Order: sequence, then structure tokens, then C-alpha cells
Amino acid sequence: MADIDSDPLIRVRSVRKRFGSREVLKGVDLEVKRGEVAVLLGPSGSGKSTLLRCINHLETVDGGRIEVGGHLVGYSPKKGKLYEMTPRQVAEQRRRIGMVFQRFNLFPHMTALENIAAAPMAVLGRPKREAQERAMQLLHRVGLGDWAGHYPGQLSGGQQQRVAIARALAMDPEVMLFDEPTSALDPELVGEVLAVMRELAASGMTMIVVTHEMGFAAEVADQVTFMDDGSVVEWGSPGDVLARPKNARTREFLQRVL
Amino acid sequence: MTETQRSGAAEDDIIAVPLRHPWRWVSAGILGLLFTWLVVLLWDNPNIDHATIGEYLFNPRILTGAVTTVVLTFAAMAVSTVLAVIVAGMRLSANPVLSFIAGFYVWVLRGTPLLVQIVFWGYLGLLFSEIVFGVPLTDIVFLRADTNALIPPLVAGLIALILNQTAYSAEIVRAGLLSVDSGQREAAYSLGMSPLRTFSKIVLPQAMRVILPPMGNETISMLKDTSLLSVIAVLELYTAATRISSQNLRQVELLIVISVWYVIMTTALSIPQHYLEKRFGRGTGARDGFADRMISRVGSAVRTRREARG
Ligand SMILES: Nc1ncnc2c1ncn2[C@@H]1O[C@H](COP(=O)(O)OP(=O)(O)OP(=O)(O)O)[C@@H](O)[C@H]1O
Ligand SMILES: [Mg+2]
Repeated sequence: MADIDSDPLIRVRSVRKRFGSREVLKGVDLEVKRGEVAVLLGPSGSGKSTLLRCINHLETVDGGRIEVGGHLVGYSPKKGKLYEMTPRQVAEQRRRIGMVFQRFNLFPHMTALENIAAAPMAVLGRPKREAQERAMQLLHRVGLGDWAGHYPGQLSGGQQQRVAIARALAMDPEVMLFDEPTSALDPELVGEVLAVMRELAASGMTMIVVTHEMGFAAEVADQVTFMDDGSVVEWGSPGDVLARPKNARTREFLQRVL
Repeated sequence: MTETQRSGAAEDDIIAVPLRHPWRWVSAGILGLLFTWLVVLLWDNPNIDHATIGEYLFNPRILTGAVTTVVLTFAAMAVSTVLAVIVAGMRLSANPVLSFIAGFYVWVLRGTPLLVQIVFWGYLGLLFSEIVFGVPLTDIVFLRADTNALIPPLVAGLIALILNQTAYSAEIVRAGLLSVDSGQREAAYSLGMSPLRTFSKIVLPQAMRVILPPMGNETISMLKDTSLLSVIAVLELYTAATRISSQNLRQVELLIVISVWYVIMTTALSIPQHYLEKRFGRGTGARDGFADRMISRVGSAVRTRREARG
């Protein structure tokens, strides 16, 4: 029997990305197995967000390849050639990849419940009742059972981010991408969001998390990748990268954020 | 029970004399005087025959004209709004051909007077004496019709209003679409929504908040602009009035009659606008203005009475 665990769920290989003439990803590699939590570190502008956005094809890549669950992201290989996917195909692929944004990006014209139920109804064609029941369960899971009828504008940042996580989970993704989910939050609200992410990690969700929360990284991550200036500088277990960094740039960065 | 407990006030409640606003009363007084003077001036004028105003206010020709005006307004706004969403979408599209066509359309139609466009459509019969439906540049013909028969003044006028309004509305819709944060689109995409779904469920409803208030103004302008169709003899409210006054020579009285109707119609338009703005303002703390509060109050009073009646 093939060992499923030896096959990474996400495989990023020598991915390059340019904005104009500026190369912001210069051949990045990353592998995340099913159920693993990968933490991505790096100074501002190092390309962490760009990498996450490439993984669910919010940005196209200029070189290399990204595979999720064995499927090439954004292109269909046919007879030795690559064909750009249609918007419909890309949308279908994105269903399996949830994303949580730094600025929450909740839909302000919908209540918390409607935010979560919207995509299952619109994309998966779930009946309204079923979608809302599931949304309610997810709200309870992130500790917001009493807030279903509130609009995002009536929720605190921490509550909004938890709704955003529930919204992504409603599509039953195989992978969750987090782009600095706590850095827009007041310090006292960071804990409640991290708690939800911990619970999610414990439940076996595959996650890639960009964060500056070193405590979370040390405790939850299975692997830590440090990026600088569009390249992976160092990667390994949190014990190695965070406690005994080999690279000078990693050491310098860790001194600054700790 | 002590005094404070009974009145429901706590010991430290602030009991203060409210701030007075003397200037509100002064300005209201001045305005009231000016207004009264204006009314007296018009009412006492021996050249205005009040009986004529009363007589023609509910004249069937005037009423028919008013209905035509309303129908033209709604038809033109409805069709042009749909077209405007398309033109705005084209303008914002990544396809350079579509974007150019939309930009050119808006440029030309906003760059020429509405009156000229109306006359142009009215005189289309001079340009093309007949309209032929068929395959261009071949002899295949499905239908051949006389232009003046196929496009009577009413239709020509409606086309002119629609095409002109589309250009203005497209710019309003475009501004509305641009006002929606790009993070909204990305969030929808990341949930697997298609571009079309994202547009209709996420972007457009949020853009409506920005689009609706100016569109209300556009509707009111449209209601009044229909009077320009008098140049191609469409029998709307203004044309109806001029036809009557050319017979009885009571121009001013008839202008007052139709002004009353225009004001009634534009006022009536603010009611649906209020409810639409409320509907699309969901989730925002937007504050109501004076008119909104009045409409809300009347609306809830009507609802309460209806419920009370059973
Ligand atoms: N759409 C874009 N167009 C042009 N340049 C971009 C675009 N998006 C990102 N960049 C540039 O790419 C580089 C990497 O950006 P990215 O957002 O991936 O960095 P980051 O590591 O996430 O930084 P931060 O910690 O500040 O979020 C930056 O220099 C940024 O200016
Ligand atoms: Mg970033």
C-alpha cells in the first residue's frame, strides 16, 4: 500500500513570480504533508503573502509549479502542454483551499451567519436551511454561537477573524492558508483567534500560516520556513529554526521579533 | 420608596437645562416671512386666473400627460440601468476592445446635448427612410419597415433618453464598483465563487450603497428631462400643457399646473429610494437624513394602523 503521508498535500517547486521587472519570488520550494502545520516567517516584503496567493491562484506564477492534492494549480496539463484554466476551473480548484486574510475581508452586507452560508449556497448549491444549520455549527465551533445575526461592523476584530475562519471552513477545504491572521488585531484579541487555530490544527487540518506569533509557531508548527527577499533561507522543525537558527539572517530576524 | 427610585432616575443622573438654539428660530422666522410674501405675490397677481389652475389640475389631457411622463421615466431608467451595468462592466474589463468601446460610448453621449440626441432620434426617418432586418451586406431580408412607422416619436424619444442615461448611469455604476474593496473580490474568489457570482452576490450589492443616492437624483432629472421630448411632439406632461395653453392662452396657469404635478411626482420618487437605500445599507451605520426619518415614521405609522385594524 502506498504511504499517503509520504506524498505531500502541497508541493511548491522552484516557484518564481515577478511584478513588472521586480522578482518577488525567486525559486521557492515548500512541501506540506496532510495534517501538517507549516509556519512561514520572514521580514516585510519577503514574499510570504505572494506565495500564499499563488497557492490558491489569486496570483499567477511565472515559473515553477504548485500542486495541491496532486493537482497542478491554475493549469491543466494535456499532451505534454500546459493550458491555462478557465475562471470556472480555477474557482472549482479554490474550493479545496481556504484562505484567511489579515484584514478579515468579511462581507459587510451580510450577517455572520450569512457570511458563512453564502459560499456553500452559491458554489455548492446547498439548500439555505442546510447551509445555515452548518454555519450555525461552525459559529459554535469558533465560540460565536450568540453572534449569528450580527453584521461584521458590529463585531470586534477578533470576532470578525473567527467568523472569517468559520466562513473558510464552511467549504470543507483540505488546506487552510492564513496570512497574518492576528496582526490587525489589538493584542488582547490575538489569543482568541490563535485558540481557534490551535483547535483547528489539533483536529488535523493542513495549514500554512504566515505569522509573527512565535509562541504559536513554536507550539503548533510541524515545520517552520524562513523567507527573505523572495527566497527560502532556512527551513526545518520549529526546534531547529526558532531555537537554533543556522542562518545569520534568520537569527537577526528572530532577535527583532522576539 | 424614595423619590429617585420612583422616577426611575439614579442619584447621579444629569439634570441640565438643554442648550437653546435661538438662531434656528430666527432663520425659520425669516424664511417663513419670505415664503409668505412669495405666495401672496403670486396669489394676488391679477394676471393669474386661479380658477384656470383648479380647472386644469385634473384635466384628462394633463393627467394622460403625467402618466406618459411617469411611464417614460420608469421605462428609461429601468432599461438604462441594466445597460449601464453592462457598459460599466465593459469599461472595467481587462479586454481592451470592450473597455475602449464603452469609454467611447460614454464620451460621445455625455459630450453632446440631450436635446440634440432627442432630435437626432426623432429625425432618424430622414437619415434612413426604411429599416431592414437582414444579414448586412447581403440580399437576405427578414423584415422591411418604414422608419417613421416603426419608430414613432414616443419610441424615438425613449431610445434617446435610454441611450443618454446609460452613459451617465454607467459612470455612476463604475464609481460604485470601484468603491468596493478589492479584498472583497479576493475573499469571494478564495471561497470558490466564480467571477460572475462574485459580481452579483458580493460586489454589486455593496456597490449599490454608493450607486443608489446618485441614481435617485438621476431618476428625478429624468422625470424632468422627459419634457424635452416636446421638441419631437411626444405627448408627455409638458407638451400636453403647451397644447392646451396654445388654445386658451393661459400659459402661466398651465405651467403652474404642471409644476404642481412635477413636484408631486418627484416627491413620490423619494419614497422607494428611501426603502432601497435602507435595504442596501445593511450592515453599515449610515445615518438617516430628515426626509428619511419622516418616511420611516409615516411608514411605521401606516403599518401600525394596518395591524391594529386586524
Ligand atoms: N500586486 C502587486 N503589484 C506589485 N508589487 C507587488 C504586488 N503585491 C506585492 N508586491 C510586492 O512584492 C513584494 C512581496 O510582497 P508580499 O506582500 O508577498 O510580502 P510579505 O512577505 O507578505 O510582506 P508583509 O509582511 O509586509 O505582508 C513586496 O515588495 C511588494 O511590494
Ligand atoms: Mg503579507
